[in-house]
Amino acid sequence: MTMKCEELLKMLNEYVDGTVDPAICEEFEKHMAGCNPCQVVVDNIRKTITLYRNGQPCAMPISFREKLHQSVREKWRQLHPTAEK
Amino acid sequence: MSLHVAMIAEVTEAELVRAAKAGDLTAFEELATRHERQIYSLAYRILQNPHDAEDVTQQAFLSAVENLARFREESSFATWLYRIATFAALKVIRKRKGLDTVSLEEATEPREDYDSIPHPEYIADWKQSPEQLVERNETQRLLDDALAKLDEKHRLVFVLRDVEGLSVTETAEALGLTESNVKMRLLRARLQLREELTRTLGDPATRIVRGHHHH
Ligand SMILES: [Zn+2]
Repeated sequence: MTMKCEELLKMLNEYVDGTVDPAICEEFEKHMAGCNPCQVVVDNIRKTITLYRNGQPCAMPISFREKLHQSVREKWRQLHPTAEK
Repeated sequence: MSLHVAMIAEVTEAELVRAAKAGDLTAFEELATRHERQIYSLAYRILQNPHDAEDVTQQAFLSAVENLARFREESSFATWLYRIATFAALKVIRKRKGLDTVSLEEATEPREDYDSIPHPEYIADWKQSPEQLVERNETQRLLDDALAKLDEKHRLVFVLRDVEGLSVTETAEALGLTESNVKMRLLRARLQLREELTRTLGDPATRIVRGHHHH
């Protein structure tokens, strides 16, 4: 095994984001094939990112939504005094 | 041009922007409706406080109203809005810290490099797939708690890049960081979140304990 776990760790971002150089990618995969801990770490990282990407936006209080739209309308009228609304 | 309220949900973002630029408030409010939850979430996840998140969301939309004529439509409206909201959120963070510098790149701080990356400790397969996990109510709570434990500088990068889906370049621009710094912080954030989540979601039966002999 030429690539070490530490070296693999440094290239983790590029690997999971699919931006790693193909030659390095091959080495990366060769290392993983013989190193179970690295395999599991990479799998954990991918799942972590997937979970956060697919996470729900935080609930925004309805009372705040009304306040927000009201302040937008006020600002709008200040800037567009001729507008009918 | 004025848009009919009944069909407004089907109007494209670009059309709404054009209408809003021409003075149509309904079009702007539709833009706000489409993006407000995402902007609020972004602010909440950066600031970790509902009151500040509301302030920043409001500031971002008011600033968008004021600067709409200057929006050149080179990026999507959402991207433009994210940039405004991020800038407003970062201003709050700087204020909290009593900083008045523009960039969050801290010259005084020891440089982080790849040699000091913490090694993964708790290594185990997860008991459930992400698809199963998103179905569970506790998951979002677990994700938010883990995010809250990150150092702010790592959290900001992770939120913009992995939660909000900005590119590394866009994240670097938004935070006033170099791309290599963004990548470094992102790696630390991802590793720490992996660690946190795996401690809860990992199956202890599959846990791998690394020996000192390891490469
Ligand atoms: Zn390894």
